[in-house]
Amino acid sequence: MRYFASLREALGPGQTLDLAEVTTLGGLRDQLIASSAAHAAALGRGRAVRVAMNQTLSDESVLVRDDAEVAFFPPVTGG
Amino acid sequence: MQLPRVSIQTEDFDLSAEVASLRQADAGVGAVAAFVGFVRDRSGHADIDRMELEHYPGMTERSIEAMIDAAHERFDIRAVRVIHRVGLLELQEQIVMVAVASAHRGQAFAACEFLMDYLKTQAPFWKKEHTPQGARWVDARVADDEALKRWGIAAGNAAS
Repeated sequence: MRYFASLREALGPGQTLDLAEVTTLGGLRDQLIASSAAHAAALGRGRAVRVAMNQTLSDESVLVRDDAEVAFFPPVTGG
Repeated sequence: MQLPRVSIQTEDFDLSAEVASLRQADAGVGAVAAFVGFVRDRSGHADIDRMELEHYPGMTERSIEAMIDAAHERFDIRAVRVIHRVGLLELQEQIVMVAVASAHRGQAFAACEFLMDYLKTQAPFWKKEHTPQGARWVDARVADDEALKRWGIAAGNAAS
C-alpha cells in the first residue's frame, strides 16, 4: 500500500497489509477508511481519490491481487 | 545507440540538445514539434514563490511509455522524447518537455498536443504551490479532462 502527495502527507508513505479475505480495491479503501479517523478524513467517500494496482490506474471494482502494490493518490496535476 | 524516450529527473534540460539528438540519427525527420512548460508566477489569485513536484517512481515512467506507444499507433511519427522534472523548482524554471519528430509538421504538432493532454490527466505527478500564504496542493482541472476528450479518450481525473 502506498500513498502519494496530500495522502502521503496525511497518512505516511504506506504500509504492508495482510487482507483477511478477497476484496476489491474499493473494499480495501473502505477497510482503510474504517481503520482510523485520519484514514477516514483522507480517503473518505466524497474525497477525490485515485487508485492504482501494480502501477496501473484501476477501477475500484477490480479485485486486489495477491502481493499487489496498491497506491492511493489524489487526481494528478503534472505537466 | 537507442536514446531513452522518458526521463524523470531533478536536473534541468537543454531543449536544443534534446531536439538535436532526436533527429541526428534519422534523415527522414522533416519536422520536430516541441512543447516546454514553465513555473509561472501566478495561479488563480495566488502569487507563486516556487513549485514542488512529486511523482510515483516506476508508475510515472511506465504510464508515459504507454502514452508514447499510443502516440505511435495514432500518428505517423518517428521519435518522441519526454522529460519531466520533479523536486523543488523556482519561478520560470522548465518543468516539462515533449518533443516529437516526424516527416511533416502536421503529425508532429498533433502528437505533441496529444501527449501533453494525456500526460496532464494520466501521468502520476502532483504539483504543490508554495505561496507567501503557505503551500497548497494544486487541484486537478476539469478543462484538462476535456482536452483529452477531444482525442476520444475519457480521462475522469478531475471528477470527484
